[in-house]
Amino acid sequence: MAVEHPVTTPSGDQTRIHNIGYRSYDGPRLGRAYARRSLYSQSLRGAYGLGRSVKSKVLPMLLFVVMCVPAAIMVAVAVATKAKELPLDYTRYAIVMQAVISLYVASQAPQSVSRDLRFKTVPLYFSRPIETADYVRAKFAALASALFILTAAPLLVLYVGALLAKLDFADQTEGFAQGLVSVALLSLLFAGLGLVIAAVTPRRGFGIAAVIAVLTISYGAVSTLQAIADAQGSTGAIPWIGLFSPVTLIDGVQSAFLGASSAAPGGIGPSNGEGAVYVLVCLGLIAACYGLLMRRYKKVGL
Amino acid sequence: MYDPTVARLTYRALLGRRRALILGALPLLLIAISVVVRGLAGADDQTASDLLGGLALATMVPIIGVIAGTGAIGPEIDDGSVVYLLSKPLKRPTIIFTKLIVAIAVTMVFSALPTLIAGFILNGNGQQIAVAYTIAALVSSIAYAAVFLLLGTVSRHAVVFGLVYALVWEALFGSLVPGARTLSVQQWSLAVADKVAGGDLISSDVGLTTATVLLVAVTVLATWYAGQKLRALTLAGEE
Repeated sequence: MAVEHPVTTPSGDQTRIHNIGYRSYDGPRLGRAYARRSLYSQSLRGAYGLGRSVKSKVLPMLLFVVMCVPAAIMVAVAVATKAKELPLDYTRYAIVMQAVISLYVASQAPQSVSRDLRFKTVPLYFSRPIETADYVRAKFAALASALFILTAAPLLVLYVGALLAKLDFADQTEGFAQGLVSVALLSLLFAGLGLVIAAVTPRRGFGIAAVIAVLTISYGAVSTLQAIADAQGSTGAIPWIGLFSPVTLIDGVQSAFLGASSAAPGGIGPSNGEGAVYVLVCLGLIAACYGLLMRRYKKVGL
Repeated sequence: MYDPTVARLTYRALLGRRRALILGALPLLLIAISVVVRGLAGADDQTASDLLGGLALATMVPIIGVIAGTGAIGPEIDDGSVVYLLSKPLKRPTIIFTKLIVAIAVTMVFSALPTLIAGFILNGNGQQIAVAYTIAALVSSIAYAAVFLLLGTVSRHAVVFGLVYALVWEALFGSLVPGARTLSVQQWSLAVADKVAGGDLISSDVGLTTATVLLVAVTVLATWYAGQKLRALTLAGEE
């Protein structure tokens, strides 16, 4: 039975019912940049399964090993046969191993963003002092760095091996530098595409399949069309067709400006003018991915 | 053995909302490419065979199979809502069988049908190429759906493993190590297509008898084992 107390309005300090001794935080506040750095390093570690369960370490580590082993074998062969050159160019390596790279993007991009969307934890990030741009930049940078580690490590193996085999230093260093530039571009492009696709769907499985579908089917379609154009003798069309898939885009950029030989049918790479278009499309795509991610997270962040 | 309600729910899970559009984008791309190729190269049997074999059968069918096969059961197990289905008085093998039928149907509609259309666009079914590849796509749809449905009940990373099988094993190892081709759904279905078309454009590394036996064995065993897995399913927590 609730007894009707007369409502008395207490005055002054007596408005407080309990004072259980909460104190306000007066330590150092680490701020926005720190939060962004933490998100970046956590995402980067997560992309290789560090700090996660053993099961989720298996796949990224396995792909990393698969990526590096052929390089080690090539070095061993080059040393054993006393070859004058490595069996594969630095710039060509990522193109040959594109299936592994695609699988890595497809498996790690959704795990980086889809789970936040599915468990609706994105608003929790934004309750910290970070903005949409910080989240997008941290995730983008983390996946791009993870991809760069994946693609640059075998090049490093090749380079060190080539120096140990006493191949020409200047020649190898130039090739290695060109290879690094090309894989850096590739990492940014693949990370952007993977994240945009993965950020659309909260279902991890569906995201993986969608990323793979975009990367492999576009490559399959483009290389088929290029092969047909080559067989038809309309070689002028080959570079233009190559603009429509991420792998051939990177291939075109590096064969125009980074001294690589094109992997396109007939070995026909873009000329310098066409190469400029390639670079523009490539940078445009990366910027577009960033823009789309920003737009997406403006919406889901609320 | 077939439960219409489970089937309806699975169809909704696979094709509901915008998912049907995304699944439909792949077949549309194939058809668009065939139109372009026909315009560029005219009707040519070798080109048609390359395109259907390389793009449709080797890439599109496995990817659609992975999406449909694992998508039929994977997400439900993933978010735990499968317990509501399992608590109904339905036999677990019935659930698997129904989901398998749905997965096969979806894979066939989104991969075999466009293959047929693309084949007719490319060379008007010259030398039976369109029909042969369509049959290969139909046959492999069944096997892929069964295998990937099993993967969906076994592992939380079913999609990745499915894609590793389809892209790394069949495409990469299959082209490097001839022995790997014996254990490839794609080659088995090509053997069947080879028999139907009879031309010399389609060839397989596996004999027809071996292929048929392996196809049937893999499908039946995968379905049976998936039923067993579902009978003793433990719901794992989030990793």
